[in-house]
Amino acid sequence: MVAPIVQYKNVRKAFGDVEVLRGINLDITPGEKVALIGPSGSGKTTIIRLLMTLEEPSSGVIEVNGENLWQMKKGNKTFPADEKHLRAIRGDIGMVFQHFNLFPHMTILENCMLAPTIVKKKEKATVRATALEMLDKVGLADKVDLYPSQLSGGQKQRVAMARALMMKPKVMLFDEVTSALDPELVGEVLEVIRDLAKSGEMAMILVTHEMDFALDIADRVLFLNEGVIEEEGHPEEILVNPKSERLQEFLSRFTSSR
Amino acid sequence: MTWSWDVFFNVIPLIFKGLWITLGLTIACYAFAMVFGFFWVFMSRIPWKPVNWLFRWLAEFIRSTPPLVQLFFIYYAWPSIPVIGVALNPFAAAILGLGLHFSTYTSEVYRSGIESVEKGQWEAATALNLSTKQKWLHIILPQAIPPTIPMLGNYLIIMFKEVPLASTIGVVAMLHIANDYGAQYYKFVEPLTVVALFFLLLSYPSALLIRKLEKKYNRRFDKRTATL
Repeated sequence: MVAPIVQYKNVRKAFGDVEVLRGINLDITPGEKVALIGPSGSGKTTIIRLLMTLEEPSSGVIEVNGENLWQMKKGNKTFPADEKHLRAIRGDIGMVFQHFNLFPHMTILENCMLAPTIVKKKEKATVRATALEMLDKVGLADKVDLYPSQLSGGQKQRVAMARALMMKPKVMLFDEVTSALDPELVGEVLEVIRDLAKSGEMAMILVTHEMDFALDIADRVLFLNEGVIEEEGHPEEILVNPKSERLQEFLSRFTSSR
Repeated sequence: MTWSWDVFFNVIPLIFKGLWITLGLTIACYAFAMVFGFFWVFMSRIPWKPVNWLFRWLAEFIRSTPPLVQLFFIYYAWPSIPVIGVALNPFAAAILGLGLHFSTYTSEVYRSGIESVEKGQWEAATALNLSTKQKWLHIILPQAIPPTIPMLGNYLIIMFKEVPLASTIGVVAMLHIANDYGAQYYKFVEPLTVVALFFLLLSYPSALLIRKLEKKYNRRFDKRTATL
């Protein structure tokens, strides 16, 4: 058995009095594609935000490559993670957001070049070549000198993916990346993710409401409900033959609303 | 009294000399205020409450007391305070006094600019593994500052008009020269008119220039869709 690249060990997260995650245990193997589904407020997004270090868990442990994300060891003692520790681990994680979060003051190309240039300190010409290649891959070769405000939602999201891919993460997180898009633009974004999933060694965790899509690309589907993983398994058995009543109800609500 | 064109033209070159002092003082005070404004911003962002509150309160205190009182305090009172007292020349005292006072305004402008940057921008920067310093330099400040340029520009013009306060602690600039001239020849109307004209001549084009800058920076990215 391959060692997991990401491990959640009894992770809990509360915002004030509201407990959003109530004991998550989850292993992700390298290259695995995992879809997170569940009603809104079930904690799907919080799971991946914790891994991206955008939130800190209230208790429990998250490990990346066996390294504790929020604790670091110096000698025999453990300390809360400092920025250096977080940055060292965070380098393996990438994220695409629901609202794209492109940098509006930079062109598309600059958006893609920034992090490799200043974080990884790579040579500008090399980064530029890679960025152009990446933008070509997502079908935006002719837009590289435009600003984000000049693009459609679908184009913005493809830029966001290219930008995240530039850092060559081992785990890529997708936070409802098609939810903010007009329906006719969803397809072009899913197409890019599908290509990534088919070709990549990269592990992917997708929070999604696109059930057919989840069925198509995921190795494993997790159904979250009220902060716990209620059911998990191969997409076929989860989406086609759901066991728990809640999942059945969730899926039926889903198909009827379409 | 009678208006004398002779006096008017005689006094122009005299006051013109003072203009350079006024301008120099404005720029020095403004530079101080611009830089020191960031000090307040970063101090009030320290996550440790006592420090945070101390600096907020201090800024509020400086903002709500008259700059003239502060100038007098720095120039006349500070040197006589044991241990920490320092005697400054009028020019330095004016820079410190007016600069400090206006830094509490610029810090508010910066703060509003920084708060207008979407949370998602911080998060994207984190996801790309930028360091805290890189986030500020490459992502946050380049978005926070341009929209505040008109406000910062207004403060520059306001400061330009407040600089004559420095004549009260003996900085020999336009107003001081005009006043001396008046006292010497009992002619106040002409020199003070010249002072007013010089202020007008500089303030108005500056206002136009600021409007132009504002347009230039806003063109760099469309504000309406800046959040995306």
